[in-house]
Amino acid sequence: MSSRFDHFTGTLAPLPIQNVDTDQIIPASYLKVTDRSGLASGLFSRWRYRAGDPDGEEVPDFVLNRREHQEARILLAGDNFGCGSSREHAPWALVGYGFRAVISTSFADIFHSNALKNGLLVVTVTEEVSASLFAAVSADPAAEVTIDLEAQTLRLPDGSETAFEVDPFARRCLLDGTDQLGYLLQQAPAIEAFEAAHPSRLDTRSA
Amino acid sequence: MSRARTLFEKIWRRHLVAGEEPGLPATLFIDLHLVHEVTSPQAFTQLAERGLTVRRPDLTLATMDHSTPTDPSIDGARLRVLDPEGSAQLDQLEANCERYGIPLYAMGDERRGIVHVIGPELGATQPGMTVVCGDSHTSTHGAVGALAFGIGTSEVGHVLATQCLLQHRPKTYEVRVDGRLQEGVVAKDIILAVIARLGIGGGTGHVFEYTGEAIRALDMEGRMTVCNMSIEGGARAGLIAPDDVTFDYLEGRAMAPSGEAWEAALEDWRSLPTDEGAIYDRTTTVDGSSLEPMVTYGTNPGMAIPIAGAIPEDAAVEPEKRASFRKALDYMALEPGQQLEGKPIDVVFVGSCTNSRYSDLAAAAGVLRGRKVADGLRVLVVPGSDAVKRQAERDGLAQVFVEAGAEWREAGCSMCLAMNGDQLAPGQYAVSTSNRNFEGRQGAGGRTFLASPLTAAASAITGRVTDVREVLS
Repeated sequence: MSSRFDHFTGTLAPLPIQNVDTDQIIPASYLKVTDRSGLASGLFSRWRYRAGDPDGEEVPDFVLNRREHQEARILLAGDNFGCGSSREHAPWALVGYGFRAVISTSFADIFHSNALKNGLLVVTVTEEVSASLFAAVSADPAAEVTIDLEAQTLRLPDGSETAFEVDPFARRCLLDGTDQLGYLLQQAPAIEAFEAAHPSRLDTRSA
Repeated sequence: MSRARTLFEKIWRRHLVAGEEPGLPATLFIDLHLVHEVTSPQAFTQLAERGLTVRRPDLTLATMDHSTPTDPSIDGARLRVLDPEGSAQLDQLEANCERYGIPLYAMGDERRGIVHVIGPELGATQPGMTVVCGDSHTSTHGAVGALAFGIGTSEVGHVLATQCLLQHRPKTYEVRVDGRLQEGVVAKDIILAVIARLGIGGGTGHVFEYTGEAIRALDMEGRMTVCNMSIEGGARAGLIAPDDVTFDYLEGRAMAPSGEAWEAALEDWRSLPTDEGAIYDRTTTVDGSSLEPMVTYGTNPGMAIPIAGAIPEDAAVEPEKRASFRKALDYMALEPGQQLEGKPIDVVFVGSCTNSRYSDLAAAAGVLRGRKVADGLRVLVVPGSDAVKRQAERDGLAQVFVEAGAEWREAGCSMCLAMNGDQLAPGQYAVSTSNRNFEGRQGAGGRTFLASPLTAAASAITGRVTDVREVLS
């Protein structure tokens, strides 16, 4: 379900940890839902609450609990963000919490794909840009960045701009709200032709 | 003559409904879609909301594995009380499969098991296929020479409705493992060593193809263990070219072709391996003969060392990675430079889609036969499927485990991701044959050492992280 994304200005929540896996973003105990609701309270719950339990005490120095980052809608994360499990509950939880984008030097493939399908923009930047953003938010938690998806630019707190790459199809979908399933459904004639030309050796109903 | 192609390229080309064009992904046909209870409910809901149906239930197969109890005394009625949410998820899968005519192996079905164990076991995953599932360990099925990868729930919906996925073509990465493995070194040690070398993001954007003498010498189940953890190296898929080992494994399985269709399939499958002279985007070579049993010490699968080795010193870690390194060691309550061998443990878990097949259980039982589990240690042995369980009971493996003092459980994912009540207590250490040592993965506050079934069994006897070669000698 994609939602429109054009440009967005906001402050950053810094999470300077590498290889944040999707088990940390949303632990398996939250995966028993049959819809997409209720995941925001589980976001980073193992780091956010003592004993990992939202009913328990908050961990005061975790970024989501710090007063100066309460309004942040852009997560600034370490390298290889979103590795591990394919659970789409990870972007659902991030979006449910209110994040609009994640900035990192790299993203794991499945998370990257899942995020873009849920209107969560993933912005890949160089190590230099990443380091400058962590420094900027450390110096001033109110430092703002602007993400312009149409222009594919990121405006840094010092006013400079840097370009970022994004998959052109995903970008199109985010900008004009194109629905990927709808796009696939339009290909029904080609799929039918493929099926006719490639009969399957398998029938899962046969065992 | 056409140019030389890799195994990946051949499978990719065969499945293009529409090729990639500037600004547009390819449309890839999917030969087999595996479904389980955890990542499918929202996809089925989306289907119903849009008035769509399942295009190819005959190419779809569902099982229950992630949140199912492995305690034999818990039946459906008791589960409703103990775990109403998990129980509702199972009910929903049953209702969805019924509605759309998807074959489902529900609780009590003899064909049920972990999705990545039953696919090959039934002969449903075959060479040259595209296989997907809403589960990152779908890479397992690459062991038969299929392009198999994990997808998110939105994509589960896409495949249910269209049997296709929108995909960009990944790059190829040859992981060559030469030489012969030493005694006590098995498939799990190969893949842990590969990930330790390449890093857990080393394969991002790529599909691994495992080649070389040490890979060829593995049996099918060892190959599944290797391909299973491709995702832990960042690669969505891992492939091994089909050969006679593959064909011998598949022949006669319930969903494999038979008779003339088998002969035709064989001829086709023999054309799949990478052509001489084909070029991979990247290549790395590992000397298999120098590998040792591996064990992880940190909080991701790339943080692994030879079992006789020591955790790296701070100075050996790149400066920008030092904070994450220290965070991992703090979580594990370990020190830089510390030896892991001899570290006391609380739990041993033998199971998961990585290491719960018959040969894994046979390897563990071979070490445990006639020995006892250490006092106070909890040992869970969880077969990957009901079929594995029955075979192990017939052949006496189950009895070996029970007599040694281990718990013999029902099939399922169990303590690998601790969704079903099988979990570590905070602070406990486990030697586990599963695939992820992430913080809290096996239970909040739990600490995981990933290792092979041989290492797990040896550690079960001593109650400490143990080099199996010392137990066997």
